[in-house]
Order: sequence, then C-alpha cells, then structure tokens
Amino acid sequence: MLNIKNLHASIEEKPILKGINLVVNPGEVHAIMGPNGSGKSTLASILAGREEYTVNEGTIEFNGKDLLEMTPEERAGEGVFLAFQYPVEIPGVSTANFLKTALNEIRKYRGLETIDAMDFLTLMKEKAKLVELDMSFLQRSLNEGFSGGEKKRNEIFQMAMLEPKLAILDETDSGLDIDALRIVAQGVNSLRSPDKATILITHYQRLLNYIVPDFVHVLHQGKIVKTGGKELALELEEKGYDWIKEEVSLS
Amino acid sequence: MEQQTDILDEIVSSEYKYGFVSDIEQEIAPKGLNEDSIRLISSKKNEPEWMLEWRLAAFEKWKTMKEPTWPNVSYPKIDFNDISYYAAPKTKASPKSLDEIDPELLRTFEKLGISLAEQERLSGIAIEAVFDSVSVATTFKDKLASMGIIFCSMGEAIQEHPELVKAYLGTVIPPSDNFYSALNSAVFTDGSFCYIPKGVRCPMELSTYFRINAKDTGQFERTLIICEEGSYVSYLEGCTAPMRDENQLHAAVVEIVALEKSEVKYSTVQNWYPGNKEGKGGIYNFVTKRGICKGRNSKISWTQVETGSAITWKYPSVILLGDNSIGEFYSVAVTNNHQQADTGTKMIHIGKNTKSRIVSKGISAGVSNNSYRGLVKVQKTASNAKNYSQCDSLLIGSTCGAHTFPYIEVANNTATVEHEATTSKIQEDVLFYCNQRGISTEEAVALIVNGYCKEVMNQLPMEFAVEAQRLLAVSLEGSVG
Repeated sequence: MLNIKNLHASIEEKPILKGINLVVNPGEVHAIMGPNGSGKSTLASILAGREEYTVNEGTIEFNGKDLLEMTPEERAGEGVFLAFQYPVEIPGVSTANFLKTALNEIRKYRGLETIDAMDFLTLMKEKAKLVELDMSFLQRSLNEGFSGGEKKRNEIFQMAMLEPKLAILDETDSGLDIDALRIVAQGVNSLRSPDKATILITHYQRLLNYIVPDFVHVLHQGKIVKTGGKELALELEEKGYDWIKEEVSLS
Repeated sequence: MEQQTDILDEIVSSEYKYGFVSDIEQEIAPKGLNEDSIRLISSKKNEPEWMLEWRLAAFEKWKTMKEPTWPNVSYPKIDFNDISYYAAPKTKASPKSLDEIDPELLRTFEKLGISLAEQERLSGIAIEAVFDSVSVATTFKDKLASMGIIFCSMGEAIQEHPELVKAYLGTVIPPSDNFYSALNSAVFTDGSFCYIPKGVRCPMELSTYFRINAKDTGQFERTLIICEEGSYVSYLEGCTAPMRDENQLHAAVVEIVALEKSEVKYSTVQNWYPGNKEGKGGIYNFVTKRGICKGRNSKISWTQVETGSAITWKYPSVILLGDNSIGEFYSVAVTNNHQQADTGTKMIHIGKNTKSRIVSKGISAGVSNNSYRGLVKVQKTASNAKNYSQCDSLLIGSTCGAHTFPYIEVANNTATVEHEATTSKIQEDVLFYCNQRGISTEEAVALIVNGYCKEVMNQLPMEFAVEAQRLLAVSLEGSVG
C-alpha cells in the first residue's frame, strides 16, 4: 500500500529525514516511536503534503501512485488521513458542516454522488458513538473552545467519517487522560480492517497497550534505526531511548 | 506564503458573473445637470407641481454644496454634467401583467436568477423590479392591498398617495443632509414606496431588485418605508449591474420611519459591478440610508452584505428618538482587486433606554481598501442608553488594507458603550488542515469566510442568506493548483 524509499527531507535547508525506508501493507498497524526531534512529525507532514518541507531524495508510492506528485487534497481523495497533533479551530463553521464539505469533496474526487442530508446525519450518529461524542458537539464551531481531549476525539471521529485507506495518527495520545486514551483507542481499533492500514506516531508506549501494533519502528536522527514487534515498545518503555542511541553510535 | 499569493492571484483574476447588457430600446435624456434636465424628469413622470418645486429647491441647495472628501477612498473627479439623469425602456403604457413585459427584459431578470413568474408563483415574495429608472413589474399587489399595505414604485406613490409622500419624504434625510442626498432629491427617477398600516404584520418579505443597465446613466432611486404603530415589515433589496468600462454613479436615498412598537428589518445584498481586475470601470455607490425610530419601543434593523461596487460609501443609520427603541446594524463588506469601501453606521441615541448593536465584518483581498466608519452618539436626554459594537477585519493576502474609524460621543453618564475590534488573517495551517480533509483552498476560503460572517448571515432571511453565501464564494473565487 505505502512504499517509502530512501526518503531525505529538510526544512529551511536543515536536513531532518536522512533516508527513511518503510513498507506498509493493508491491514497492518505500524508504530513509529523515537525521542523528540527524531523526525516523527516531519514524516507525517510529508505524507500529508505539507508545503514547507522539501523532499531532496527518495520516493513515496501509495497504491501504485506517486504520492509526492499529488496536492494535499488529492492525497485525501486517494485515502490518506492525518489526525493532527494540533487540530485547528474554525470559528463559525460547525464540525458537521465542515465534515459534510470534506466528505462530499472526497466523494467528488472518487466520482461518487454527493451524500444527502439524511444519510449524512445517520452516518454522523453512528460514528459519533464510536468515540462517545455527543451530537450537540457537532453543531458547535470546529474545535472552538474544545478541550485537548475533545479535539483529539474529534480527529478520530473525522477519521471514522472519512474512512481512509491509510490513517496517520500524529501523537494523538499526547495530553490525553486515561479515559480519553481508552476512547480514542477504541475508535481506532473499531476501524481496523484487512484493507486499511494505520501509522501511529507516538512518544510513549502507553497507547500501544490499547492499540496493539504489528510493527514498531524506532526513529533516531532522521533514520529508522530499529524495527521489531510489539515487544520492542515494552523494551523502550523499560530502558528509555538511550540504549538505542548508544547502539547506533557504536555501529 | 506562496499559497497565500496563489490564492490572491486567483481572486484577482476572478471575473464578474453578472456582466451582460440587455438589448432593449431605451429612451435616454441628454447629458447634463440643470433646471431643464430636472424639469424633464418631472414632466416625464407626470409629477405634480409640488414635487417639481421640491426637486428644484434641492437642486439649489446642491449647487452650494461640496463633494465630501473625508471618506478613505480615492477616485477621479466626477463631472456631473457628463451624466444623463434619465433612462427609460420604451414601452406603450405601464404593464398590467407579466405578459406585457418585453421578453428581453424578463430574460435579463432570469439571468440574475429572479424570474418574476417563478417568484410570483413559488416564493411568496412580492417584487418591485426597478429596471433603470422606470419600475416595470409589481407582483402580489392585490394581496397586499387587501391588508391596506401599499407597496409600489415611488413614481406611483407620488401620483396615488401624495399625502403620505408629502408628509414623510425628506423628513429622515433632508435634501440638504449631504451632497449626494441633495443630488438624489433633485434628480431621483424612481424607487420603492412601502406603507404598512397600524397593527399589520406584513405576511411576506418585500423585495426590490435594482439594476443599472443604460450606459452612463446614474441610478438615483429613492425609497421610503413607513411603518405605522404596531406594524412589522421585512424588506429585501438586491443589486446587480452589468459590466461597463466607464464608472457609473449610483446615489440612492433610503428613508425609514418606524412609529410606536413597529419593527422594520431592512436587508441588502449589494453586488454592483466592482470594476475589472485592473480597477477599470465599476460602480460608485454613494448611498444615504437612515431610519428613525420615532415611536416608543420601535425597532429598525439594517443587515447588509456588500460584495460589489468599485467604491462604496454608505452608512445605514438609526436615529433612536422614541424611548426604549432599538437600532441594529449587521454588515459584511467584501473588497478585492481595486475595490474601496468606506462603510459603517451611525447610531444616534436620543430617547431613554435606547439600545443599539453594531456587528461589522470586513473582508479585504487583492489590493483593496476596506474601512469601517461608525458613530455612536448618546445625547444628554438618552438616559441608560446602551451600545455594543463589534468590528472585525479579515485580511486575505498582504497587499490589502483594513481600517477602523470608530467615533464615540457620549453626553449622558448613565450610558454604556462597548466597542470590540479584531483583525485576523486566514492562517496557512488552517488552509492545510482543510486541504488534508480533501477540501480545496478555494472551497476552504469560502468555508472560513462564511464561518467568519455567520453572525451577520444569520440575520438574513433564508433564501437571501443562501444567495449571499454564494456571492461571498463567487467574489473570493479562485482555486489553487
């Protein structure tokens, strides 16, 4: 599904990613972990198409297409979804209205009819339950006055509504209390399916107790320095990142 | 930043949707402003002597007055002798039904999306259509007449209801009020007249569509709305004008009189031709609009969505004379390319416990200039007067300007006056967020702008709100990539 080869990227001439290789197949959940500044969020931004990063080398293929050639909205149409670390607020635009616009734009991209108001409402009700969001929330301006936890739940709700092929969760767990974490994880788990893939970007192992990954990758200084199964996350939790840094500097 | 510039380019290059010229035979008066041209207008309209005298007196005043220079706008000097002050489609007699109307004229209205036939049948809106200077069709008249409501052209009101016109015309905005109101008083050609009798709640929204069609003729229409005790009316005014290279002058006057416990809601969507992207052509929209809350517990509410005109100079105001009366002003003003707007309101508190509320949302793009100018005046007599003002500016790109000129004069220390102002830009990370959800930048800008204006849009009647939303999107049109 996703094939990243030798990805080098920089921001304002400063190299951040220095040769990432990653293959994600349908049905898989990949966790990308690493210390602060290792390039985790940069990777997420580049996958979504943020303009301020420059790709200097390498390729990203998504379902056989060149992802780097596409605009952010085309990527969304192809099924790439990013749950933002810092979701924005849009005053005066309700979450419902925002999502209806988004869903219809994506449907238009895929050559589908726009969804009618009743079907949309039914869909919203069903998906709001997954993340235990009250319907009244969806009539409020997008994220305006929402707590940190509410914003993150809203991200997962949007993900449920848009049903992406590849979901990238950028530190969705940061700033969440244990209940919010459980709700977010429950939402993500219920969306797992054999034809969809998820990339979890996280600093802590905690989230992985709830969403069990197939692979754990450790990112350090712009490279994936170690890949393992879910037990790698536990090891990191126990020992911290220092032993990995040492391993890297030894090799 | 690059993305912002791209949007800017797209906005700058978006074209005016309503640019077309109707091919209808017109009768146009020779250019020039003098006693003769005023006599010509008056005689063409078969006016009584008192009306002609009123016009001539206004003209005398006008000759002594100077064009205002205080607005934050600039344009080449207008030669008032280079304008024709009367244009009328050549028709036999005034039409009795839609069948008698020139089909070309009807097609023009259809292009604007206001098929009269459809309107008449489906929407329950009575339309007084002003095609240049002579009103061509009036619908729903009978139904309104049965309730005692008068809704007709100003020309007809002068013939049929002279006592009402005489009693109220120029009482809210005297001809000598300002340069353009004096000009309008001298040369107005038509407009709308509306009278709601005591205790009557007008059952439908009254709607007028104005359009400038003939080349180089100013449209000087005059509107007068009178609401008797305990009555209510919601009045809609919409404007579009075809594309022309020369600048056209539009100097209208709207007067509203609200008597005890009556309420007038006046909504405008103004979409005159703004000029091309180099700033050539476009309408000069110099309008005086004012209402007086004459009786106790009366209310006047202005809502405007201004997306058109090369220059807009307009301050719909309320004189709060009656105790406990309420004045409201809700405004969205969009400028892009080379458009200039200097708009706002005046709330004059005279009666006790009077309240006013001002919500102004400015949006500037391109190399346009957008100014809010507002006066809140509390006179000595206005104990416990309350005002709340909120003036927000939204900038798109970095070559446009937004300015706020609030004037506050308070002569009574029991008054409360609150003023809030914000200036913001559409942030790149907000646009990226929308893009990531599949929404193009063009669509995202429309969404964000409509959200920003929501408080004002909510004040518009439903069908109008939809049209206004579309207009906002069209005037800020432009996709990226």
